[in-house]
Amino acid sequence: MANILPFRSTPQPRPAAPSPLPCPLPLLLHRIPAGFPSPADEYAESALDLNTYLVRNKTATFFFRVIGDSMTGANIHDGDLLVVDRSIEPRHGHIVLAVINNEYTVKRLHRLNGVIELRADNPAYPSLRFQENDEVQIWGVVTGAVSRFAV
Amino acid sequence: MGRGDRRGIALRGIAMPASGETASQQIFALVDVNNFYVSCERVFNPALEARPVVVLSNNDGCAVARSNEVKALGVKMGTPWFQLAALARQHGIVALSSNYALYADMSSRVVSILREYSPNVEVYSIDESFLGLNGLDSLWPSFADMGQSMRQRVLQWTGLPVCVGVGPSKTLAKLANHIAKKNPRFNGVCDLAAMQPPERGSLLAGIEIGEVWGVGRRIEAHLQAAGIRTVKDLRAAPSAWLRSRFGVVMERTGSELRGISCLALEEVAPAKKQIIASRSFGQPVHALPDLSEALVSHASRAAEKLRSQDGICSAIHVFIHTNPFRSQDPQYSNSIVIPLPNASADTRLLARAALFGLQKIYRPGYAYKKAGVMLMGISDAQSAQGSLLLEHGKGQRSEGLMKAMDALNRRYGRQTISVFASAAPKSWAMRRENMSPCYTTRWSDVPVVHAR
Repeated sequence: MANILPFRSTPQPRPAAPSPLPCPLPLLLHRIPAGFPSPADEYAESALDLNTYLVRNKTATFFFRVIGDSMTGANIHDGDLLVVDRSIEPRHGHIVLAVINNEYTVKRLHRLNGVIELRADNPAYPSLRFQENDEVQIWGVVTGAVSRFAV
Repeated sequence: MGRGDRRGIALRGIAMPASGETASQQIFALVDVNNFYVSCERVFNPALEARPVVVLSNNDGCAVARSNEVKALGVKMGTPWFQLAALARQHGIVALSSNYALYADMSSRVVSILREYSPNVEVYSIDESFLGLNGLDSLWPSFADMGQSMRQRVLQWTGLPVCVGVGPSKTLAKLANHIAKKNPRFNGVCDLAAMQPPERGSLLAGIEIGEVWGVGRRIEAHLQAAGIRTVKDLRAAPSAWLRSRFGVVMERTGSELRGISCLALEEVAPAKKQIIASRSFGQPVHALPDLSEALVSHASRAAEKLRSQDGICSAIHVFIHTNPFRSQDPQYSNSIVIPLPNASADTRLLARAALFGLQKIYRPGYAYKKAGVMLMGISDAQSAQGSLLLEHGKGQRSEGLMKAMDALNRRYGRQTISVFASAAPKSWAMRRENMSPCYTTRWSDVPVVHAR
């Protein structure tokens, strides 16, 4: 009779340095036949590192934690980790981190015919529309979101 | 490299000043972050924008960084916090404890951007870097354009404002940085090398000698007594006179101010001859176990630093003292040097030696304010002399263990593995009552963004 034991992650926070040590997951192209002296060695290509997938410019990249559900239409959920790149010029259609009333807010940037709107991606939330002379403070462009599931 | 041979190297394409008076073949930039600690805090807390903010030193003692708003209130660098209380209430000054994890991360981001501009970078301090610009002038319309590009990129990528000073010597680059910071018309970038001599002369005539790199309070007073008040005066002072009155260092400063580069970039920090690890306690410490724990922690940090420069040491100096500013308390201070049986960089051996020393000098009944260690007799591990006798804290087993310990602590955070560790909480730990979260170095501390 097999038991499922709970896997507990360490409660200690780990450093998210700009260059955390990669967590190498070797990509094997072949199944390894049991009992054979490691023929897979020659097929081990490289190690997959989620940092390279999520972070394009690590010097300009910062992480944020999401609170709220106004962006669920963009697959950004409460509790997700956002990857924010400050080196990208914000453009129409980008998901951005804006500073509104001294708080960081995640919205989709709409910019058509000189009118700027910050839109939620959830019909339950209104859009913020800016007049011609208003200043919109964009902190950075969201390039990814990471979820972890409770298991 | 000596002075003479560097001057002899012919380099092509160096921006030469318009007149011959500052002939030099070197060109440097100094890039420095404005109000660095405060600026780091503002990146992650927009509510601090345009408010008066100070960052306090260890144990929340005195102001070590001030926002422009606080500078405008006349608060000097290093003012003790308790003296500021009334002013702080009146003007709503926000005081933050220093968050070194955040500042170190932001500093390394700035340096990695600067390395894209020049292959030769000397990280002079946490918020200042010298760049060697020799041969780079053909890449830019002018060094002022390069400076503006750096400013713009550092600001966009990290949110930190920087100023850039350019000059034919490090001393002039630093002075140019000062000018860029103080005069808004430069828009944050000042190139003294490209400036016309009359304009440069009038600028330098308006700067007091105390602003010059390497001119301390005492030398400043002596120079002023000799009638030298401004940078222009100092430039005009004859070399031989400077040397005879103030020594070779001031002579060199004079030459640097005239545009003759005497100080080379130090891209690799020289190995330290002494390593000190000490700290004031957040609250007075009385008991031997608490002092022991603090000293072991200091010895561990010092040993880690020693290994990072591939060194070994032959003695450890242990010191403890009470708070001399509390004259109403009984005072005691003592120190002892414990020689090691053989040179080593093994944390276990150094910690044991530190504890041995502490037991010799500890006296009960005092409120201790500070404890620390200093590693002495540091030499290169590669050139160490062997011994016929049994050696402690040396050899493959010791080195392997220390390597593993350092790797684990680097990966999973300080003090993941430590020697003789005892349980938290640490009553001797630094007092940092108003520290911002470690926004960029801890998952639990990443800033929050609202989706609403």
